[in-house]
Parts: sequence; C-alpha cells; structure tokens
Amino acid sequence: MSGGTSESKIMVGGFGGQGVMIIGQLLGYASCEAGKNSLFLPKYGPEQRGGTANCTVTISGEEIGAPSSRKVDVLIALNQPSLDAFAPAVKAGGMLLINTSLCKNIPSRSDIAIYGVDSDDIARETGSPKVANIVVIGAYIEKSKILTEEQIFNAITKKLGRKAELLALNRTALKKGMESVRSLNSPN
Amino acid sequence: MEKLFMKGNEAIAEAAVRAGCRFFAGYPITPQNEIPEYLSRRLPEVGGAFVQAESEISAINMVYGSAATGTLAMTSSSGPGISLKSEGISSLAGAQLPAVIVNVMRDGPGTGAIQAAQADYLQATRASGHGGFRMIVFAPASVQEAVDLTVKAFECAARDSNPSLVLLDGCIGAMMEPVILPPLKKTERLRYAGAGAKCLNPSGKDVMVVTSTLVRPDFQEVLNKQAAEMYDRWGREDVMAEEYQMEDAEYVVAAYGTSARTAKTAIRELRNEGVRVGLIRPITLYPFPSGAFARLDPHKVKFIMNTEMSIPAQMIDDVRLAVSNRIRVETCCCSGGIMMTNEDVSEALKNLLSQCKEGVE
Repeated sequence: MSGGTSESKIMVGGFGGQGVMIIGQLLGYASCEAGKNSLFLPKYGPEQRGGTANCTVTISGEEIGAPSSRKVDVLIALNQPSLDAFAPAVKAGGMLLINTSLCKNIPSRSDIAIYGVDSDDIARETGSPKVANIVVIGAYIEKSKILTEEQIFNAITKKLGRKAELLALNRTALKKGMESVRSLNSPN
Repeated sequence: MEKLFMKGNEAIAEAAVRAGCRFFAGYPITPQNEIPEYLSRRLPEVGGAFVQAESEISAINMVYGSAATGTLAMTSSSGPGISLKSEGISSLAGAQLPAVIVNVMRDGPGTGAIQAAQADYLQATRASGHGGFRMIVFAPASVQEAVDLTVKAFECAARDSNPSLVLLDGCIGAMMEPVILPPLKKTERLRYAGAGAKCLNPSGKDVMVVTSTLVRPDFQEVLNKQAAEMYDRWGREDVMAEEYQMEDAEYVVAAYGTSARTAKTAIRELRNEGVRVGLIRPITLYPFPSGAFARLDPHKVKFIMNTEMSIPAQMIDDVRLAVSNRIRVETCCCSGGIMMTNEDVSEALKNLLSQCKEGVE
C-alpha cells in the first residue's frame, strides 16, 4: 500500500464538478513523475451536469495489468451516493476516505481503515470551495504515504499552476488536508 | 527520455504527427474524439492540415486525396464510422495508397454503446471493405504500445502502399499512462502511384495515375496476385505476439488489447496459487500469430480460454483455425460496454479448472 512494488487501486467517486477526475489525474501525474507505473481510467458515458463521476487510478512499481477490477484497495468517496455504491468494493485491509462534509451515513466495516475529512468546510475556510479536492488529496497521501507532499505539489504546479494566487491556495489546501487527518486513528 | 502521462487517444495523435502524418480528416464520434481534437491544434504547428469533414465518407476520401498527392494521412473513428469509411478504405487498398486508420472500438452492432468494447475484430481482420483486400491490424494493450504501433502502422503503410489499421478499445483510448514518445521524423514528400498506374500505362515512367478502376481483368489479376504475395510476406515477417508465462503453461488464455492485460492480473493471482496458466496475446490481429497457437502441445495444454470484450466471441475463429480442433477452446466474454475485470477472468478460469478435475475423476 505504501508504494514499493505492490499495486494499489484507488477509486474516486463523487458528483460531476467536485474535481473527481483531477484527483485521479494528479495522483497519476505525480506517480509517473516519481518513476512508478500509473494508470488513470475515467468512467465515461452519457452523463449530465451534477450526475455521477468516478475514476480509478492504479499505482504500481511493476507492470500494471487490469485497468478495471471489481475490488479496489482504496475508495475516496466525495458524496453519499458514491460511498453507498462503492464502499463494498474496498478489499479487506483497504482504506476508505470519506468527505464528511457531505457524507453522514458512514458504513460499518471493521476490516478496513476508515477516515473522514471535512473537505468542503476546510476548503471554504482556506478561501475557495474549489480546492476541496486538493484537501482530499492531502488527506489521502497523509494516510497512505503513497506519494509525498512535494510530489503532489509538483504535479499541481505543472497541471494547475497557471495562476500564482491559486497555486498558493492549493498549497494551503494540500497542507490542511494532510493536517486534518494526521492525528486520526482508524476506528478499526 | 522524458516520460509523459498521456491519454491513449492523445498519445496516438502525437505519435501520428511524429511518424510523419501531415493530414487528418475525421468526423466526431465517441470514444475517439480526443484524436481529432488534439490534431486540430497540433497539425498546423508542423505545417500539416486538419479537416473536420462533413461526414465519415468525405473524411476517408480526403485521406485518399492526400495520399494520392504524396502526403501521409490518417483518419480515426469508432465502429459505426469505420463502416461508413469502408468503401474508401477499399479504394485506398485498390489504388495502392498508404494511410492509417484508427478504430477506437465501442460496442455494437448498430450505433451500440459508447463504452469500451472489442466488437470490431471481424470487421478489422476480415472485411473493412469490399473486394477481398487485407490490412495489417495492430492491437495495442497500453498507451505506450498504442504509440509504438501507430508509428509502425505508418511505416508499414508507406512501405507497402496499403492502408493499415490500429484497433483499440475505448478503455485504451480514454485511459492515461506514462509514455515515451518517439522523435519527430523528418517528412519527405513521396510520389505515390501504385502499380495500378503502371498497368494502365505500362510504358509510362512519370505518369501519376492513381486509380482502383482497372477495366482489364488481366491487369486486375496481376495486382491481386501481387497483393496476395504481400499478405503472405506479412505472415512471415510482420506477425507480432506476446507470450506471457507460457513456458510450462497447461492452461492458456488467448486475448488481445484490454482483455489481455486484464487477464495478466488474473494469471499472476492464479500462478501464486500454483496454477500453470499463461497468455498468448496477439499484437497483430492480421496477420494472426497462428504459429504461437499451432505450436501448443495438445498433450500438455488442457484448454485455451479465448477472452474478449465481445459477445459472441470473434477472435475465437482464428484461435480455432490455428489449433485445428487439437485443443479444447472455451470462452470468457463480456460486452455491451461492460469492462472485463481480472475477477471475471479468474472466476472463468477456476470454473474451467474444476470441470477439468471432474473430468479426470
């Protein structure tokens, strides 16, 4: 789970507009830069604004096989429908990271690590609701250690860094996301 | 070499430019739209031209025109659009013109579902148009391979003065992976005039007649014989396949593209449980790597599981021809735009394994 050669499959789910694809792509870009194999697969189909959005990222030190699996190592759920739909797909020993600003019904599973992050609230405090997805990435890398803060920040700079003031905002959001879960222990 | 993290469709578009493609015409269809979108920006930067045509039929005929005047050209579409282009693809083959056609497959038949599928195997390998011509068909299983095989498709098209096809499913088009791009090739304006022109004007040395209209049967037969020799040569020299964990395999998965890489995960899991399973992955679907299957020892290999994102299975015909009833051929399929998972493959394999054991008892 912490990188190395073993493979980690991360699913991100939410509403269209929450930055689901950006989370997946940033994890992919940063992993690629870090010399790992990575595969970002967006779910596509006839969609509408406000509809569901999800993607899968696979990160591995070895050749990546299946782009799509029934089971994943990690679920990052940004809204309740995604949490309800995909929480059962998390493998035993895996991780569930929940946007607790929007999700109130937390599934009871004792075989996985569950963490909550109030990403929309933290983003608003930081200065923009738009950076909620960056808060989530911060929380995820803090708990998984799959990539470092610098590796993610470099990817943000490359891909989203056109405006300096937004870059500073993203940096703060990333740090706050990391801090918000640092002292959390999984209930399991 | 810098590794970029790129989407399959965009990587194919950039690979085409680097391979010397300077003209693209196409008409929008999911799941390949990033190819024309990317090239509409990129081609003008290298002095090339991009046209969003009014239909698939005009797009393929613009590609014909481009090839006839000495410019390497490409078009891309998905199954329904490839059907519309088929007359033009046949004309390219008939007039002996090079071009690359990319098909990012969705499910079918008809308009079908826009999600990833492997529904066009038979169309790609048997009849992408009338008249019995053939194309080399490349089937990548990763973004890197999509790049490498697109370059190869241009090389083969130019070498043979014949269209070649890159066939991938919507998953490889939509997904992003690390990729190393080839250097930008220096382009030369080539004078394309197929042997057809020489038949029409045997004494002419510099007459650029480009046509697939050969009214004299003897001319047509000469060309067809030359084409048949070329297809035979492909079978000897251009076949590509990957054999994975095959040294001691008693059970063999046959799969290409996304299904094949998905099967690899299942094979790794089953290998950890001590099951001797391997994979034969055709990389060229035409010419088909029949030898890899024909070489299998029927005393050792208990079954082949043909694995495809198509119902009914299509590649299975080629697998059966290659093993000619010496080995049992079973299937593991899904369709409709539903993605194959490694769990699908391992469950299907385990089912077949338990049947084998019951058979022994």
